Amino acid sequence: MTPDHHRSNVSLARRAWAIRRNAVRMGQVQGQGYIGQALGVADVLAASYFHALSYRPDDPEWEGRDRFLLSIGHYAIALYAAMIEAGILPEQELETYGTDDSRLPMSGMASYTPGMEITGGSLGHGLGIAVGMAMGLKRKDNPAFVYNLLSDGELGEGSTWEAVQSATQWKLDNLIAIVDVNDQQADGKPSDALMQMPEAPRWEAFGWFAQEVDGNDIDAVVAALDAARHHPGPQPRVVICRTTMCKGVPFLEEREITHFVRVEEDEWDRALAILDEGKPA
Amino acid sequence: MSLGPNSRRTPKNVARSAPPMGGARTSAMIASLDAEGRATKPAPFGHALAELAQTRDDIVGLSADLSKYTDLHVFAKAHPDKFYQMGMAEQVLISAAAGLAKEGFTPFATTYAVFAARRAYDFIAMAIAEDNLPVKICCALPGLTTGYGPSHQSTEDIAIMRGMPGLTVLDPCDATEIDQATRAIADHPGPVYMRLLRGQVPDVLGEYGYQFKLGKAQMIRDGGDVLFVSTGLMTMRALDAAARLQKDGVEAGVLHVPTIKPLDEDTIAEACGKTGRLVVTAENHSINGGLGEAVAGTLMRRGLRPAFAQVALPDEWLDAGALPTLHDQYGLSVDAVVKRVKGLL
Ligand SMILES: Cc1ncc(C[n+]2csc(CCOP(=O)(O)OP(=O)(O)O)c2C)c(N)n1
Ligand SMILES: [Mg+2]
Repeated sequence: MTPDHHRSNVSLARRAWAIRRNAVRMGQVQGQGYIGQALGVADVLAASYFHALSYRPDDPEWEGRDRFLLSIGHYAIALYAAMIEAGILPEQELETYGTDDSRLPMSGMASYTPGMEITGGSLGHGLGIAVGMAMGLKRKDNPAFVYNLLSDGELGEGSTWEAVQSATQWKLDNLIAIVDVNDQQADGKPSDALMQMPEAPRWEAFGWFAQEVDGNDIDAVVAALDAARHHPGPQPRVVICRTTMCKGVPFLEEREITHFVRVEEDEWDRALAILDEGKPA
Repeated sequence: MSLGPNSRRTPKNVARSAPPMGGARTSAMIASLDAEGRATKPAPFGHALAELAQTRDDIVGLSADLSKYTDLHVFAKAHPDKFYQMGMAEQVLISAAAGLAKEGFTPFATTYAVFAARRAYDFIAMAIAEDNLPVKICCALPGLTTGYGPSHQSTEDIAIMRGMPGLTVLDPCDATEIDQATRAIADHPGPVYMRLLRGQVPDVLGEYGYQFKLGKAQMIRDGGDVLFVSTGLMTMRALDAAARLQKDGVEAGVLHVPTIKPLDEDTIAEACGKTGRLVVTAENHSINGGLGEAVAGTLMRRGLRPAFAQVALPDEWLDAGALPTLHDQYGLSVDAVVKRVKGLL
């Protein structure tokens, strides 16, 4: 049974384009936001929300849904953008992004936003909660998957690795971690100063089924998510997505990239115009 | 199996409906406090530590992927060989600082207050405080200094740090005090938890000729009707509130208490013991377990019973939103403090 948001003939490239566009519009409302991250992860979210995940846009708490946990609260702008495209959140609401009384706060929280499974922001919580939800689904004989989108920064937290080991121990084949490796953290690039480590081998060493893909290649992400869902082994699965911050808006991609990419006031419209020129079919 | 609905949302979520459109205020992370028209100094903590390290080889700095956001990057730039970037890993940040201290160094470890107080608490307790090691844990975003929501709002750090034996707990007010306190804690032989304001930090105490003394409360201004007993940035607010109250004929004093533990009980008791003065504690922290309750305990133990009120954050998970909105909403703004005091008189 294919849900509507999958059956439709809208291409995944077009979905990713819409996610980028929604995110830029939200950034424009505030004159700021984690737009570099949103543009970078848009293709991963398109593949997740319009190919892999099962959900009902009008019933975000449907018991049969796949759970998608965003541990990186600051990426909320990206998830709101995807949930708007998916019809879970109304499009006009993006104009409230980050304002007082909005349901779309800058840092994603379960108590504010329909479809937001957990409160992120204190990084390193998502995978542990995902372990428990995957255990809970198994106890209920519910065949849904638990996805957790985490960041390369979160791989620094000890709690992440406790969860990694636990997932193996409990044979959580219904757990799919997606790691956005954008080579960026708050103080700089992990590859420069913070940590340099080949990703897939260390997850494999912990007993996970690991794949590493170009996270801005939608077909590659789709194939990896399919393989993750259909892998016959009893292990938890991880898809490591190498992404480029600011992807899709070349003048931002070329700027000196930091954790918080500065965008000048007039540049939001420029970014939208560039996206619109490249609108996919 | 009869299990409830698959997720147990807080009532808040159920109640939240789509808000009206428009509005320009932001729940963005604001890592520097709005100076509200005052003079400021840049990165007082980072500059003080960088200067200290010119003559002290025992000083080292560590951060958990937040050097830029705790002003430690100033130190790191001046002394790259004395700086350790630990990555986003608060537990090893604290444990490694303990290890360096055991080898004779004086480590300054930085992160946001929430992550030290919540994630690394056990490591601070057992690796540092129980061993009485001279680690200085210096943390940005104290109390309600970001509109980003509970993940970054450190509303209970003082309560839990106060609960730890042997730990000195500081909440400095401004740039002048952060500069002086950084130097003072570097000389202090034990472990310290210090809250930090960072970025462009307002400077107010300089004009009062203030000099920080570890463990001492100091009267910044005196007044016979009301006594604010305040700490951290609330001393700035109390001074502004006192000036406003004076225009309405109310004389308010401000006793500034930067060292919350050990508490200067003698000075506090003496000031609060003056008869007829309403005592109002003011802190950028939960009403539970912070300065207000510490002062109340002191007064009770000493048999003093002044009229007493607490300006503090409520025992709630605070909203996300623009910081000025939230300071009004939760009673920390000058307007809110003045209104509160007038209502009590
Ligand atoms: C436990 C915890 N420690 C520190 C922070 C502060 N912080 C927010 S984002 C961030 C960088 C984390 O790396 P990543 O998510 O990869 O950042 P990005 O790719 O968005 O630059 C840090 C250190 C946090 N939110 N949570
Ligand atoms: Mg990153």
